[in-house]
Amino acid sequence: MSATSNAATEHDADLQASSAVVIHAAGLSKRYGKTVALDHTRFDVHAGRIVGLIGPNGAGKTTALKAILGLTDFEGELTVLGMDPRRERPALMQQVCFIADVATLPRWIRVDEAMDFVAGVHPRFDRAKCERFLARTKLRPEQRVRQMSKGMIVQLHLALVMAIDARLLVLDEPTLGLDILYRKQFYQRLLEDYFDENKTILVTTHQVEEIENILTDLMFIRDGKIVLDTPMDALGERFAEVLVNADRAEAARALHPMDERQVFGKSIFLFDGIDHAKLAELGEVRRPSVADLFVATMKGTYA
Amino acid sequence: MSAMTTFGWQVKREYWESRRGFLWAPFWAAAAILILTILGMIAGEVLSSRMSGDHVQMGISLDRILQSAASHDSVNLVQGLDATMSAFALIVGIVLSFVIFFYMLGALYDDRKDRSILFWKSLPLSDTGTVLSKAFSAIIIAPLIAAVVVLAGYLALQVLISLWLLGHGANPIPLLWLHTDPFALWFRMLVSIPVSAIWALPTVGWLLLWSSAVRSKPFLWAIIVPLIVGVLNLWVGLLDLPHIGETFYWRDLFGRALFSVIPGSWVAPQVGGAGFPVHHGEIVTQGLLSYEAMGRALTTPNMWIGAAVGVALIVAAIWFRRWRDEA
Repeated sequence: MSATSNAATEHDADLQASSAVVIHAAGLSKRYGKTVALDHTRFDVHAGRIVGLIGPNGAGKTTALKAILGLTDFEGELTVLGMDPRRERPALMQQVCFIADVATLPRWIRVDEAMDFVAGVHPRFDRAKCERFLARTKLRPEQRVRQMSKGMIVQLHLALVMAIDARLLVLDEPTLGLDILYRKQFYQRLLEDYFDENKTILVTTHQVEEIENILTDLMFIRDGKIVLDTPMDALGERFAEVLVNADRAEAARALHPMDERQVFGKSIFLFDGIDHAKLAELGEVRRPSVADLFVATMKGTYA
Repeated sequence: MSAMTTFGWQVKREYWESRRGFLWAPFWAAAAILILTILGMIAGEVLSSRMSGDHVQMGISLDRILQSAASHDSVNLVQGLDATMSAFALIVGIVLSFVIFFYMLGALYDDRKDRSILFWKSLPLSDTGTVLSKAFSAIIIAPLIAAVVVLAGYLALQVLISLWLLGHGANPIPLLWLHTDPFALWFRMLVSIPVSAIWALPTVGWLLLWSSAVRSKPFLWAIIVPLIVGVLNLWVGLLDLPHIGETFYWRDLFGRALFSVIPGSWVAPQVGGAGFPVHHGEIVTQGLLSYEAMGRALTTPNMWIGAAVGVALIVAAIWFRRWRDEA
């Protein structure tokens, strides 16, 4: 599988050359009746990256993930690890894992049954590894999912998934409804015990702050279209947040900021693609947080 | 990982999830029969010692067996024992029918309802394999387990009778154990499982299809739709407009779509009734589950047209399973 050239304008050229394309989507569309969930979406996900797919409710995140996982039909072009997820799903799922939402493990299953079953049907599952992960939790082999808290269910699911040597891991709101301890632990485990340059993680979440520092790439989706697709390294070069005193505010507005908000008598402006040296004349320049960038990009979504 | 290994694990998975229905429901049905029979024996002993001539019957009636055992009437004895095992199998079979019916209605629906389908779909399993493992569990695995329960229950009963005979000064070994072959009828039951399985296909397909396709209440859809069609058909018939014959509709369409999971119900058309062959209040055991009866059933168009329709319905269920992931 060779890297595609069409996304080169959006991505660092070195990155393109060095890593394989794990997901390639072009003209990806999906309609539910009159509602357009995906509108000629195009994006590429490369190996060894942790990509955040962030968007407001109803923007098409879940539909995009479903298409990638072969759970829904679509129009346009979409290949995952070089396969068509609609036609080659069973083969694809040997290389792809997903945790869709918390608490999707069947309530009747026991910890040891879950391990037995996955070991039985998944050629890339490493049982010893899974047992090692579980040993660090309070889960017991004979415990049933229905007796577990949400946090424990996710621990079990994560242990099962991390013991599978897959190339792509898709996470759809994996920590929704968990307390902060479980949430922190979840991402920490992923980084420490799972992620490496051969693996790719695609994650959607509303809790942007928590994954901001683990992402390598960021994608914003709005109304079925990818409106931002950037490596995190490039984020600080392209976007800038400037703290401007009231007397310079007009000069700042002349540069067409994406967003402006007031804090303690000063204005905070968000700029896209303006030379940082120029901005430094207006005030203190900072790298914007993903959350602020998200809010600015999605302005008017629910209006 | 070979397809067979994967299928084996999927069947095991079904057993884990439905252990209560597949194993414990038949087990408790058999246990209930045994307990009632013991109570009946005790009551009979107590009452006959108080007032002779009167008798009490609870559970399975052992009168015929005990009398023929006492009088060394071995032909009558074997028939009595066969009738006992048939009664055992009948009751366990009725319980099993309910279990299978509701198991299949939930098989492709419950995991959509609680969203655990997303976990199963995250594994490298084909939807065809998933649906077939559920059909296989319902019509082969569950009846096999039930058959083992029937045999165990029957043997326990024979031990009970032996104890009763011992208590009445008779030696049960030559009477009960040397001249009878409980395994003959039981073996015919085993052989009848695949026959019943083929016969059950239209019901299996019908229930799995609704289970796989609807967003809520598969039970209502599976029952109400054919019921409404039947009533409409009746009404059209009353107007003297072209319609499906009443008997054909209710027996060959409605009945086959909903009740073919009853084990051994392929016998019914042969004996001309809608249920089990009962004669003068007793279950007819002669020729019941005979190889001839199975052979006859396997050569009827009813069997194979139903099977073909069932397979088509299962294919449809697989298609829905592929694309539906939410209830």
